[in-house]
Amino acid sequence: MMIDIRDLSIVFGTGRLRVEAVKNFSLEVEEGEAFGLVGESGSGKSTVLRAICGLAPVARGSIAIAGAPVKTPRDQKFYATVQMVFQDPYGSLHPRQTVDRILSEPLSIHGLRDQDRRIVAALEEVGLGPGYRFRYPHQLSGGQRQRVAIARALILNPKVVLLDEPTSALDASVQAEILNLLERLRAERGLTYVLVSHDLAVVTHLCRRLLVMRNGEMIELTDAETLRRGEPQSPYTRELIQATRGFRRGTAPAST
Amino acid sequence: MAELAAPSGKSSLREWLTTSEPRSRAQARLGNAYRSWVAFSRNPLAMFGLFIVLVLIIVAIFADQLATHSPTVGGDLRTERLQPPSAAHWLGTDNQARDIYSRLVHGSRLTLMVVMLVTVIAMPVGLLIGTVSGYMGGWIDAVLMRITDIFLAFPRLILALAFVAALGPGIVNAIIAIAITSWPPYARIARAETLTIRNSDFVVAVRLQGASPFRIITRHIMPLCVPSVIIRVTLDMAGIILTAAGLGFLGLGAQPPTPEWGAMIASGRQFIIDYWWVATMPGIAIFVVSLGFNLLGDGLRDVLDPKAEK
Repeated sequence: MMIDIRDLSIVFGTGRLRVEAVKNFSLEVEEGEAFGLVGESGSGKSTVLRAICGLAPVARGSIAIAGAPVKTPRDQKFYATVQMVFQDPYGSLHPRQTVDRILSEPLSIHGLRDQDRRIVAALEEVGLGPGYRFRYPHQLSGGQRQRVAIARALILNPKVVLLDEPTSALDASVQAEILNLLERLRAERGLTYVLVSHDLAVVTHLCRRLLVMRNGEMIELTDAETLRRGEPQSPYTRELIQATRGFRRGTAPAST
Repeated sequence: MAELAAPSGKSSLREWLTTSEPRSRAQARLGNAYRSWVAFSRNPLAMFGLFIVLVLIIVAIFADQLATHSPTVGGDLRTERLQPPSAAHWLGTDNQARDIYSRLVHGSRLTLMVVMLVTVIAMPVGLLIGTVSGYMGGWIDAVLMRITDIFLAFPRLILALAFVAALGPGIVNAIIAIAITSWPPYARIARAETLTIRNSDFVVAVRLQGASPFRIITRHIMPLCVPSVIIRVTLDMAGIILTAAGLGFLGLGAQPPTPEWGAMIASGRQFIIDYWWVATMPGIAIFVVSLGFNLLGDGLRDVLDPKAEK
């Protein structure tokens, strides 16, 4: 079991401001699996990812990575095992650092040698030539930035990559490119993914199993095949499918 | 340096600098600097400010060659006192029969020294306190910011006066006093800037790579705070010069016969009705240099502000 989360509760604030963002959440992800977390905004799906990384306050429950419970604060070994790709490629790259600087930072933190070769290889792997190495983020397009962010997450050779809506800030054709890239990298490296998205199409493209969340609660654990056939058990998941297909003239149920 | 020598002619050098595919770290950095310079040089007022500051630096370096008389030893006290501007004394002489032009030229060294030392002392202190306070938060933030508040609550000149009174008059003590009183605004700016970026995704990303708080502050947050602090420092330069002049005017800064501009105004005050040039000339010098730094700071703000789109 690569990721094992049991009875996780995440609480922000105290007293009247207390908000339980995630309630009694449990999750098991096998090694090499791509797992999807689906839900609308505020359903707590991103908070789960942040809790795994130690960025959200865990009130109860346990998190284990590769069989070992995580330490608080997280240690260097954790960061070498688990990496994250963020939603907004415009905000996740330092505006004043070149791609080279961005990619060499994790290498220097972990004291890895051979930086030149690793950086060129990492860029190569995400489909960017060495010509991009000394560019600044403002000289790159959104898709190229997200590729750099993926290269940064992969340069430490992690086993688990947490993907927080990695394509929602990109336009449709670039989305497909990034998803195919992620799928290829997972197959090549045997990576474990946890993908968070509000877009069922994105999740079913990449993940076999997925979990639907709403208001911090688990609604339904299902798989992509069931969704494709349109046979989920909970009515909320059916609503989500309906929403993903978009509005159709004439088919909306009459409200009167 | 082989790459630097490769392009021939001016246009290909520009192409090499502005290329969107730099081939080395140095080229990327130079290219960025070149783009900033192009943006800066389009602003005529900023260029005028830069010109004044460069003239001040050149005058300070070549003071010995540029001065026509000794700055401290006067001429004949019977015949050369309080002379109006003339061919022999371009800006006239003061009550000790000293050439005001030569004193101004040598005084530029003191002005530049004050400005530079205050910057070197106050800027890193303010930057460090501000970024640490903003990034760490909690009780560290509370303690550091209350200390900053205490320093901010005192009027600057009065606090500098108290320090000079405690340490004894002299230009070095005046510099220390001004430096001690001028860091709080920089700390405040750095903290405000840090608060806006501490939770941004790129900082979280470095944290998830296992970077220590020290590394995040010095390598990822400080570089983004430096531009706004530099701008504030250049805008403050005028104030620093004026505070140094004010201390000199009150007799607590540079001691006679040092040709400090503020002290020169103070000594000319008694004759200001009959011999206007004695106090006016150093006054004009302070005005011009302050204006120069202000214009330069304004131009730098347009170029360096990370939020301004290039």
